[in-house]
Amino acid sequence: MSEVSYRDLSFNGLWKNNPAIVQLLGLCPLLAVTGSVVNAIGLGVATTMVLVCSNTSVSLIRNVVSDAVRLPAFVMIIAAAVTCIELLMQAFAYEMYQILGIFLPLITTNCVILGRADGFAAKNALGPSIYDGFIMGVGFSIILLLLGGLRELSGTGALFANMDLLFGPGAASWKVVVFEDYQPFLLAILPPGAFIFTGLLIALKNLIDDRIKKRQDALKERPVKGAKRVRVTGTIS
Amino acid sequence: MLARSMTRNGVLLGLFAVCTTLLIAGTYLSTRDKIALEKRRAEEKALLEVVPRSRHDNSMLDETMPVGPEAEGLGLREQKRIYVARSGSEVVAVVIPVTAPDGYTDAIDLIVGVNADGTVAGVRALAHKETPGLGDKVDIKKSDWVLGFEGRSLENPEPSGWAVKKDRGVFDQFTGATITPRAVVAATLRALQYAQANREVLFGDGDEAPVGGS
Repeated sequence: MSEVSYRDLSFNGLWKNNPAIVQLLGLCPLLAVTGSVVNAIGLGVATTMVLVCSNTSVSLIRNVVSDAVRLPAFVMIIAAAVTCIELLMQAFAYEMYQILGIFLPLITTNCVILGRADGFAAKNALGPSIYDGFIMGVGFSIILLLLGGLRELSGTGALFANMDLLFGPGAASWKVVVFEDYQPFLLAILPPGAFIFTGLLIALKNLIDDRIKKRQDALKERPVKGAKRVRVTGTIS
Repeated sequence: MLARSMTRNGVLLGLFAVCTTLLIAGTYLSTRDKIALEKRRAEEKALLEVVPRSRHDNSMLDETMPVGPEAEGLGLREQKRIYVARSGSEVVAVVIPVTAPDGYTDAIDLIVGVNADGTVAGVRALAHKETPGLGDKVDIKKSDWVLGFEGRSLENPEPSGWAVKKDRGVFDQFTGATITPRAVVAATLRALQYAQANREVLFGDGDEAPVGGS
């Protein structure tokens, strides 16, 4: 595991091993707060910050802690990171803090974070660990954003409402009313809507993966035919 | 061997606990003042929506009267404060906290601003868990329904009219939600009645504590 390519890490975090729609980790906050884009951004940023902090510290201490006390130590680090970020958010984005409510401290129990700490940062050097935390956070945030956008649009007919909660008073005008006189579609905003849209996103990802795989298989077939002949005369290693 | 590993791990975890605690304590200390300021600002924001700065010249957060669960009609579950807005020495309005226990999901915490002439200065929902898209229209961020209370008083309409239209009152209900507006209308009425019953104390010199305070 010493040689880690940043390209692989990015591909892993954003697509192949996306925490939200492939590993299906952290579903509780994912489903609960993605009623709008602004909530999604808030939780996404907080989760990413926690992931980077926890991966950094876990990677730094990976040679100090023994296997037996590894998990309690990690959990302590994660809880501390979450508490600090909660305080910072309270200080600098108070209204966002109020909206995210209980889901902010609950980031501690988001399996993505412990999963990355134990599965990656505990075995890898500092640089890749920080990057892995960051890119996994981004992968998670992208799904949060997609879900938030889809649900807000289908639920209220508008996008980017209340952005001033995060970006200051100037952002109040960012709201885009896509459909005038839209009859709110309640299901999309309620938790069942979150399940349905998450399901659709997973299905879409699988569909794209299938397509890519088929195309790659089609490309592979030709060289394989040629290779067989070579093997007949040579030694198979 | 076992004892040694136990000691080592124990000390290690203890060190971690100390480090993380220090980190949290540091963050807490460095953000404490800012958080207190933000909380105050958020609290004041709702008050200023009800009684705008142009109508008073005191700091409402600093001029308060305690009011608690004993206060009749307000339905409070904990100690809260009545905020007094003054212009000069004259009380122009008071902002009364009131809890509607009969919201659809849970109790709804409201503030009701009452002008010196007994009319409603404004109503805002501070905390509620009403259904998104239906009952949450009591929230000014979602709908301007609560603005319909402004200027109303105990005579306008008559007490029998203080109900949603479905109950032969004068206030609109929302499409698909009757329970939430019903609860808010009733709570606003109770706040007005409380203001009338304690008129002397609320709009007087402010030396005495209101009934139900402690």
